[in-house]
Amino acid sequence: MTDAWKAERNIERAMVRPTQLVWYVIGLILSFMAVAPLFWMVSMAFKKTDEVFGQNLIPHHPSLDNFLYVFTQVDFFRYLWNTFFVSATVTIVALFFHSMAGYALARLRFPGRDAIFLTMFATFLISQPVIIVPLFILARSLGLLDSYAGLIIPSIFNAFGIFLLRQFYLAVPRELEEAAVIDGAGYFRVYWSIILPLSRPILSALAILFFLANWNSFLWPLTITSDQNLWMVQVAIASFRQQYNGAWNYIMAASTVVALPTLAMFVVFQKRIIESIKTSGIK
Amino acid sequence: MAQVFPKTEGAVEAAPSSPRGFSLSNRTREWIAGYLFVLPDALGLLIFVGGPMLLSLSLGFFSVSGFGEYSFVGLDNYRRMIGDPLFWRSLSVTILYIVLLVPALYVTGLGLALLVQRNTRFNGFVRTMLFVPQTVSLVVVSLVWQVLLVDKIGLLNQFTSWLHLGQYSWLGDPRFALYVVVFISVWFLMGFYMLIFLGGLQDIPKEYYEAARIDGASALQSFLQITLPLLRPTSFFVLLVSTVTAVCGSQTFDLIYVMTRGGPANTTSLAIFYIYQQAFLFNEYGYAAAMASVFVVLLMGLTVLMFMLTRGGRFTYD
Repeated sequence: MTDAWKAERNIERAMVRPTQLVWYVIGLILSFMAVAPLFWMVSMAFKKTDEVFGQNLIPHHPSLDNFLYVFTQVDFFRYLWNTFFVSATVTIVALFFHSMAGYALARLRFPGRDAIFLTMFATFLISQPVIIVPLFILARSLGLLDSYAGLIIPSIFNAFGIFLLRQFYLAVPRELEEAAVIDGAGYFRVYWSIILPLSRPILSALAILFFLANWNSFLWPLTITSDQNLWMVQVAIASFRQQYNGAWNYIMAASTVVALPTLAMFVVFQKRIIESIKTSGIK
Repeated sequence: MAQVFPKTEGAVEAAPSSPRGFSLSNRTREWIAGYLFVLPDALGLLIFVGGPMLLSLSLGFFSVSGFGEYSFVGLDNYRRMIGDPLFWRSLSVTILYIVLLVPALYVTGLGLALLVQRNTRFNGFVRTMLFVPQTVSLVVVSLVWQVLLVDKIGLLNQFTSWLHLGQYSWLGDPRFALYVVVFISVWFLMGFYMLIFLGGLQDIPKEYYEAARIDGASALQSFLQITLPLLRPTSFFVLLVSTVTAVCGSQTFDLIYVMTRGGPANTTSLAIFYIYQQAFLFNEYGYAAAMASVFVVLLMGLTVLMFMLTRGGRFTYD
């Protein structure tokens, strides 16, 4: 490269500095605005009643009293367990079903395959809130009210996961499975010992997304359960808020407990989550 | 459930293993495997998504009591809808919410993506921070914002009175409530749209920008001439998804249920919430289903549109 070009680069680099500094400041302000409400949630959770609305982010007398109160007043462990159990079950079963369906729709040839895929695709934009009334009536007539099955089964099926997995399998080289098929391996064995291990990255990304979505879901658990023993955490804190109206330090302590697992998951898996969403847009 | 799969394998392997090449039994084997693999999801979607979709279209013609007794009432529910001022109110609130939210998400999503586009450590950090609200549940989001917006003693009111701007009942004043809900929705959703735009921006070849720079194009020019046109597929996806989200995303219910219950003076009564109220507070399942059917039809229309415009969402067969 010529010296002139290098010189230009150097000037550019030197000029970037002030704008770079401005960008650091803007970036930090934006980041702070995004997470500030959550900082205050955690802060209030550790504050005593008299300083809840103080402007200090760091509590003067931090204490765990709010958490102790929440756990002794309501059966929070039970709600956390319910939520974990339901979210984990939905995630595992959904990934199993979706990867099988995605694999078949991408790879196997059978009559009606395209029609089946199109029909599934037709449900792509239908979200649960729109069909909540008929879904509830259907679940009620199937005897799913107030049961784990009612919480779990209707949450398993969504076209989004099938769609993404099918897209993934379309890009997998065909030779890998063909060799096995010719060797006389059954299709289920090909799926189980070749396709599943291949799809570990996308499956783990989807597992995180599904688990988060189910942990955070509110409308369906609210609709399908009235028995307190089956409450999931979101329903529990919404009702806790009504019961302890105005006792914001308790409400924030409960919220912190509910948000902590998802925040922790995000911190651990942030790279994977961010990559998988970045590539999920239809191009 | 676990029993089904060993059986599948058995069935597939029991089929006579034939010499390589294209033979009928091989084909049948593939057919059977294909159907069995698709079966669980196809059945589940049929029952728990397709079923309710069809049910919502038909349920609207019935009156359903709380005990599950149905009586055919013809078009009564639809007639009632036309004469129900609260239905029209919820519809206009929904439309206003869409009109405000969709452009806001587009601009913040694209703006933030452009800001954090370069792959530096600092930008990676900002991206992560901007996405954090997405990982928290909407119920928690609602509760946290409620605290911050509490009348008189909430932090925002402390701040506005410190600035001598006065105090406001942010969620209790019909003038502000919907805008506050839109703001919180944007705060919650912006990280997701930023990431979708980042994905789109990454696919634009860097050479285009370099060529434009050599030709002396300004940053604005290369944004208008290169970025925007080449982002068209991503833009389309974002507009479609954000519109659907504005109509019936889970935030349309969760935020309203926890924060405002449709109030004050029905100014935040989004259609999804109004439908829920009619069904589960007033036991008007038939009427609620009739209203929901309007949105099911609307979304089906959008799906067809999306299908046609994206050639079936990248329907490329191998």
